[in-house]
Amino acid sequence: MRMSKIVRTAADILYPAILIFGLYVVAHGHLTPGGGFQGGAVIATGGALVIVAYNYKEVTGWLKKNVLMGQEVIGLFGFIGVGLLALAFGQVFFFNYLAGSGSLFGMPVPYGINPGELNTAGVLPLMNFAVGIEVWGGLTIVILYMLSGLEKEGC
Amino acid sequence: MLWNLPFITVVVLTFIGLVTVLLKKNIIKILLGINILESAVNLFIVALGYREGGVAPIFTLAPSELMVLPTPQALVLTSIVIGVATSALVLSFAMVLQKKYGTVDIDKIRRLHG
Amino acid sequence: MKKMLVVGASLIILAAFFGVMAMTLSFGSPKMTDMDDYFLRHGQEQTGSNNECTAVVFDFRGFDTLGESTVLFCAIVGVALMFRKMQGGEEYEDE
Repeated sequence: MRMSKIVRTAADILYPAILIFGLYVVAHGHLTPGGGFQGGAVIATGGALVIVAYNYKEVTGWLKKNVLMGQEVIGLFGFIGVGLLALAFGQVFFFNYLAGSGSLFGMPVPYGINPGELNTAGVLPLMNFAVGIEVWGGLTIVILYMLSGLEKEGC
Repeated sequence: MLWNLPFITVVVLTFIGLVTVLLKKNIIKILLGINILESAVNLFIVALGYREGGVAPIFTLAPSELMVLPTPQALVLTSIVIGVATSALVLSFAMVLQKKYGTVDIDKIRRLHG
Repeated sequence: MKKMLVVGASLIILAAFFGVMAMTLSFGSPKMTDMDDYFLRHGQEQTGSNNECTAVVFDFRGFDTLGESTVLFCAIVGVALMFRKMQGGEEYEDE
């Protein structure tokens, strides 16, 4: 059932803010406390807020089940693909082949206590993004399926 | 006795969780007991890795050089996510069972369809 | 009545065993820290990240994270399979 106008307006304003904060926690996983799993849970909480505030028929117009399921599959296979790409460089599975070299995320880190640089840490930000997208899609689709199971019997 | 307070909390939580899983008859209450047991085990693993006067093991603007152990925190991350997956599955089982049998009492859900 | 006595006695024995075990552990000084000392000393130059927990989760122990992602994926596929609509006959899937 629909909530009142105040709740719907507040959910509309809060959802982009929660989304950007969750993506910030995912992206800075190698500098501050956080990472893939924690940021994905924050974004799924934003999705739960929108689902609670609106009717079920309107929510399936915006958050489609096929898109969320595809997000989850892309996340898992991206994680395995980043690990398998190390075999093409002649090293073992899950080797960190971008740390310390000059390419994408490869600046060498100064030793000891320092204010952090975003350009460091090799393969780790790519893995953080893959796991964050997987947890986002997975937790939101669990809430959507349970809500659709309730609607069938009219409980 | 107060210097061991995290471990005493772990013992109390384990006891409550075990008694709930063994003696209750409602599926939702058994699931809550499983969640309490998992919280107790996660607290135990994290409390094993504490050093006196240590800070979080992050080098970005850290206050001092004495840090706690990072390995138990990595194991507990995995354990929390597996707990979430288990709870989601048991809840969906409970919903389908209630639709088919009309009750969530485990003493009445004992016939198999032949 | 007898069942309640047996259950109560076994619970008291379990609580006593747990209580003895909680008193013998020391809080604040872990015993063997060789592996974590190596991680804290060499982790920053070998992985290149400032956060030691993320370095341990994704780089030094990456296989555990791979197993955990697979378990989460399979559980969510299981939840999605429970709420399917069957076409035609509801419960009996004969030919």
